[in-house]
Amino acid sequence: MRLSRSAKAILGVVTALVFLFIYTPLLLVVVNSFNADRTFGWPPRGLTLEWWARALDSTGVREALVSSLWVAAVSTIISLALGTLLALALLRYQFFGRDVISLLVILPIALPGIVTGIALNNMFTTILGVSLSLWTVVIAHATFCMVTVFNNVIARLRRMQGGLEEASADLGAGVFTTFRLVTFPQLRSALLAGGLLAFALSFDEIIVTTFTIGAGDTTLPIWILQNLFRPNQAPVVNVVAVVLIVVSIVPIWLAQRLSEDSVGIGAARVKAKEG
Amino acid sequence: MPRPKANKVSALLHRSPRLRLAGLITAPAGWLVLVYIAALAALLITAFWTVDTFTGKVSTDWTTENVVTVLTDPVYQRITLRTLWIAIAVTLIDLVLALPMAFFIAKVASARWQKLLVVAVLMPLWASYLVKAYAWRNVLADGGLLEWLGAPIGLESPGYGETAVILTLSYIWLPFMILPIYAGFDRVPDSLLEASSDLGAKPLTTVRLVVFPLLVPSIIAGTIFTFSLSLGDYITAQIVGGTTQMLGTVVYANVGAANNLPFAAAVSLVPIAIITLYLFIVRRTGALNSL
Repeated sequence: MRLSRSAKAILGVVTALVFLFIYTPLLLVVVNSFNADRTFGWPPRGLTLEWWARALDSTGVREALVSSLWVAAVSTIISLALGTLLALALLRYQFFGRDVISLLVILPIALPGIVTGIALNNMFTTILGVSLSLWTVVIAHATFCMVTVFNNVIARLRRMQGGLEEASADLGAGVFTTFRLVTFPQLRSALLAGGLLAFALSFDEIIVTTFTIGAGDTTLPIWILQNLFRPNQAPVVNVVAVVLIVVSIVPIWLAQRLSEDSVGIGAARVKAKEG
Repeated sequence: MPRPKANKVSALLHRSPRLRLAGLITAPAGWLVLVYIAALAALLITAFWTVDTFTGKVSTDWTTENVVTVLTDPVYQRITLRTLWIAIAVTLIDLVLALPMAFFIAKVASARWQKLLVVAVLMPLWASYLVKAYAWRNVLADGGLLEWLGAPIGLESPGYGETAVILTLSYIWLPFMILPIYAGFDRVPDSLLEASSDLGAKPLTTVRLVVFPLLVPSIIAGTIFTFSLSLGDYITAQIVGGTTQMLGTVVYANVGAANNLPFAAAVSLVPIAIITLYLFIVRRTGALNSL
């Protein structure tokens, strides 16, 4: 198919416009975090660092940041362990129920976040009678973060050759020694990429979090949600939003550079899969 | 023997593949079944329970009242239809924006640009959902960017409401539509397009008869994301929706303020049912493998 020059130009312009549409609102948040005007009228009448100073000074923001980092770190560790085990099992072995389990692992990102959220909320509060805390958030996050680790590891395993592991066993290395010296080094960058994605996913998550967090706890997204409609907090909300953008984009960028496997949209749900 | 215990376990595992498999699968499968599947099953059951009006506690008396109310009360029927309409509108808008763009990235841009553009699509995909909804609050605000942009050409900002929800959700889920369609275009070999053109087809004919049929699974994969994620939304509706009610907002209100988990569970069965039905319809197209 030979496209005329003008057809290519039109497609190029449309693409540029969509990118403008994608990036303008995010840039607006960044600019508004320096906007001297409290109501964020456009164009800004002056620039200031006051909101950044106030955000840094706010104990609420600092506590929320610490909780967010803690939840993301613990969920990432759990999902790294579970996702890796699952990928090894599903790729290396044929067994009864294998297809069911590979469907199960994508379910938390295929169903909307609100379903995961209310299902876990109901499980914790009605069925088990456990009170909600940061731990219940960790359990919820680990459930869907497992998918991103699983996707990265299984993509890497598919490209790895089993021969090295067999050779290792033939030379007398035990199961654990082979994993430590042969399998793990080949998986390392995939694990790092999957872990970074899981961390970013957890750090950002809002829908599932609102349903599984205890009354006294806040993560950064929860803090934003709680302060969004308070007019005098609006400038600080902008600063926190910028921090969220940066902390979630940097790991993605790193993961992208580390591993070619990490593009898989299934891993994104989502999730979005926030959502 | 430096570590006799580990060696024994290792030898045992080496001899038995079944034990090796059990060691690998128990923890993750146990987690998924005990935490997630049990929770989904419990949700289904809870929808048929009630709340004791005196104590506010869930009582395990069986009733179909919640489910019947959700299905027959005009209020909830309207909310279901509105949510469906929003999800369909978002899906269509994203489709219209994603198709030309994905085509440009996959087939027109040079190899170097292609890589850069894909990363440029991916980055905002991972920027927080909440921040993106919040960004649109800034854009749509009184005296905000949209009003400033629209003023010279006589356009008004839609303000907060249903239109704002559709606009914002289209924005948030757009990358989820672009990426599978881009991957779909990328898989269509150039030689096929050239052959079509050599045989005398005009570009639009080639798109209609060659590209589009090959692309259907990718398009459906994209719609699964935009459609399913919009159906379950409640945060965007809260942030830019004004008084707009969606199924998600009803679920949230019944978990929090109204403290009626059985009713919330019953409402949440509606998006689950719709999505399951949609997945069932598109199952044969092969779209589920391109997720």
